Amino acid sequence: MKKRIIDCLTLILVFLKIGAFSFGGGYAMIGIIQNEIVEKRKWIRQNDFFEIVVIAESTPGPISVNVATYVGYKVAGIIGSIFATLGLVLPSFLIIYIISLFYNEFISNEYVMKAFSGIKCGVMVLLLSTVFKLSSKIEKNAYFYIVFCLALIIMILFSIFLADFSWISLILIFIGLTFGVINTALASKKVKKV
Amino acid sequence: MIFLELFGVFFLIGLFTFGGGYAMIPLIESQVVSRGWINIETLYDFIAVSEVTPGPFAINIATFIGSSQGGILGSLCATLGVVLPSFIVILLLATILNRFSKSKYLSGAIDGVKPIIIALIASTVIMLMIKTFFFGGNSLTSPFVIDRTTIALFLIIFGFTIIYKKITKKDFNTILMLLISAIFGLIVF
Repeated sequence: MKKRIIDCLTLILVFLKIGAFSFGGGYAMIGIIQNEIVEKRKWIRQNDFFEIVVIAESTPGPISVNVATYVGYKVAGIIGSIFATLGLVLPSFLIIYIISLFYNEFISNEYVMKAFSGIKCGVMVLLLSTVFKLSSKIEKNAYFYIVFCLALIIMILFSIFLADFSWISLILIFIGLTFGVINTALASKKVKKV
Repeated sequence: MIFLELFGVFFLIGLFTFGGGYAMIPLIESQVVSRGWINIETLYDFIAVSEVTPGPFAINIATFIGSSQGGILGSLCATLGVVLPSFIVILLLATILNRFSKSKYLSGAIDGVKPIIIALIASTVIMLMIKTFFFGGNSLTSPFVIDRTTIALFLIIFGFTIIYKKITKKDFNTILMLLISAIFGLIVF
């Protein structure tokens, strides 16, 4: 019981931090969560984290809310997911609520825009290092290189030539899952034969 | 009843947006702009604001519109509405998947999708870099300008984090890195 209370308090603190510093959308946040939850606190194993990202990506709603709910659930059940989601949402809620009261002053402030141009560079660095870090955690075989390159080319082509390409990532995820299941089925057939 | 309406509209938006973020803009246009809660111009200005402020775009836009239509209570209703569908769906899935957690097919499927997930993130950052470095942060149809200051600042921060990792064998603190980027932004732009 006591452990659960401590877990919930830590969850809300960690996700408050994540919520307050997750500039640049869901993917940038994945890098921060990877650092805080998988590496620093070891709450979740690397493989489970991949599972969480896949599910967050293929279910409705913002990726970061999905990840927070799932991580919270894995760490401390339903109560944990409430605390984690609350922590994630609270900073942006408060910040935007305050901004909405002074909206016109905020949007014409040149210092805010300058700081933002700087943060944008930082976000790109963060996203790039997330790509390197996640790919360093998995086995690089022929399957990885072929599927990675094909998916990358398809995504870039679609985002250049189509305005609404959000559904394409869902299709790619579905194809990846199917490949994985087929591969497992083939592998277990081989084992049976031997 | 404006509070119920805010909750209901944002619940629908949360339920039918996959992938999050700007994928929800078409729905916002059809549900929110048509109700006169925000005009198109303010919506696109707010996208810029949402990039300067932390947190998911969905939460930001829900809080903003809720506040403009119904004050603090309105923003609470809209935000709760946009979060609730993800929360419920994920909890349901998590309880179901927990039962299959030892299934080799589930872990096989996850293995199969890993390269796709990494490719999705990689394509996001590549497109973001192309747009920021050569198109002033706008779409690819806008005029081609090479933004030397941004490219230089990006390379400096990137180089620094790599050298830091080589020397200390640890990652540079992400939050500190974002704060330093903001300070650099104030100085160089």
